[in-house]
Amino acid sequence: MNNAFIAVLRRDLLLAWRSRADLLVALSFFVVVASLFPFGVGSDPDQLRAIGPGVVWVAALLATLLALPRMFSQDFDSGVLEQLLLSQEPPVAWVSAKIAAHWLSTGLPLVVVSPLLALMYGLEPGAIKVLALALLIGTPILSLIGAIGAALTLGLRGAGSLLALLVLPLMVPVLIFGAGSVDAWASGIGLRAHLLLMGGGLFAALALAPSASAAALRITMD
Amino acid sequence: MNLFKFSSPQTFYSLAGTLAPVFGVIAAVLATVGLYISFFAAPTDAVQGEVYRIIFIHVPAAWMSMVIYLAMAFWSAIGLGLGTRLSFYMAKALAPTGALFCFLALWTGALWGRPTWGTYWAWDARMTSQLLLLFLYFGHIALTNAIEDARRADKAGAIIALVGAVNIPIIYFSVKWWNTLHQGSSINLTKSSMASTMLIGMLIMALAAWAYSIAVTLVRVRSIILERERRTDWAAAEIRLQGAKA
Amino acid sequence: MNWDSFAAFIDMGGRGAFVWGSYGVTLALIVAELWALSRRRRDTLHRLLRLQQLDTDRSAT
Repeated sequence: MNNAFIAVLRRDLLLAWRSRADLLVALSFFVVVASLFPFGVGSDPDQLRAIGPGVVWVAALLATLLALPRMFSQDFDSGVLEQLLLSQEPPVAWVSAKIAAHWLSTGLPLVVVSPLLALMYGLEPGAIKVLALALLIGTPILSLIGAIGAALTLGLRGAGSLLALLVLPLMVPVLIFGAGSVDAWASGIGLRAHLLLMGGGLFAALALAPSASAAALRITMD
Repeated sequence: MNLFKFSSPQTFYSLAGTLAPVFGVIAAVLATVGLYISFFAAPTDAVQGEVYRIIFIHVPAAWMSMVIYLAMAFWSAIGLGLGTRLSFYMAKALAPTGALFCFLALWTGALWGRPTWGTYWAWDARMTSQLLLLFLYFGHIALTNAIEDARRADKAGAIIALVGAVNIPIIYFSVKWWNTLHQGSSINLTKSSMASTMLIGMLIMALAAWAYSIAVTLVRVRSIILERERRTDWAAAEIRLQGAKA
Repeated sequence: MNWDSFAAFIDMGGRGAFVWGSYGVTLALIVAELWALSRRRRDTLHRLLRLQQLDTDRSAT
């Protein structure tokens, strides 16, 4: 492991812990959005069970999106980002660390809370496990894709909505396989294909997104 | 022939000025022939009746929307790789026309689907990917317009174009996968043995769309070149000359 | 020849609204794009000429 990776990861996690009120906002947002759907579509248990996985996934996607601008903006404002870019450290290392820290502080809590929401939607214990597992593999992909968008829109007016427009279409495949894995498990097709494809997606995103984000950051700071 | 000569904005500006009307005329001639075939030479379809004639704009529009996105990604890659300003201008000039064709493909598809399959919209793999492609175009245009610094806008647009191009096949296959699992809306586009006149008409309309896109892009890139190169002597002289006329 | 009369041509076998709705919107958007392009060129030239004049005024004083 690279020293820069460890150092930045530790620092970002510490900062995230100090501003944990912000993280709770994103987490509450996730819970509130997911709780809204029954008021819109009615409380029929069968229907809720059918839409549950999709609702939790869409809510997770939106909560990730809400937290994305914070990934680089504080360091951008304070000038830390510029120093990191000027340093000798390879950008991919510390950019990966920032993405990892962001996922640990915003994505992972979503995964942990998701079984509660799944219970509210009446999912069976097996489906709840599958949903949490799919979120565990899928939310890092969301953070990785989102990092590119966050780097590109850094410091722009209306960055939040622009970011949504940029990254939401790119996140659709994750949503499809993530929510689809629960259906596949329930219908007896089996999880293998979904999880393999999502795992492959995660590795592809791990390989490509940090360097794309680093390139985007360099363009932004030029 | 020295291709690098044409990568200078100045040379390309005048080249584009010469070529744009040529492609415009080609587009007009091809569209006239194509429309004649579409409405008069091509026979009525045995299964779908007259409404199938939408195919002559629908399919070329759908093709064009994908080709233009790939062209944008191509110019973006060249721009990032070789640092040629002109490549970024080309990518920027292509985007609005690509979005236009993308929207037209969706619009004509909806109007074709309603009488043929009884619905304006289905969550079918092709339609859904086309819709996401339109969002990618919107994202690209919005991002490049939101960034004030022109150099940053160029490169940021290039990155998002490339990321989008990598994602298009993934989006398409995931949507197709999703669609086969949810068998609710299976629209089968099995061609009812298309007559060769229909095929020829469609190809000619597709060529017309190519020529139109090239012409429009060349005109647009000329405005972009003038704007971005206005500090150079040749562009300043051109602005004085043309600005007095305009 | 496919059409007996102009009315039959417009009717498109009862699907006139769909066919002409497609072709009409296509035509309208192409015309709109061409119009926007010519306006863009004119506006760009006007604006850049003005900028240029401002620059020369500033350097003259």
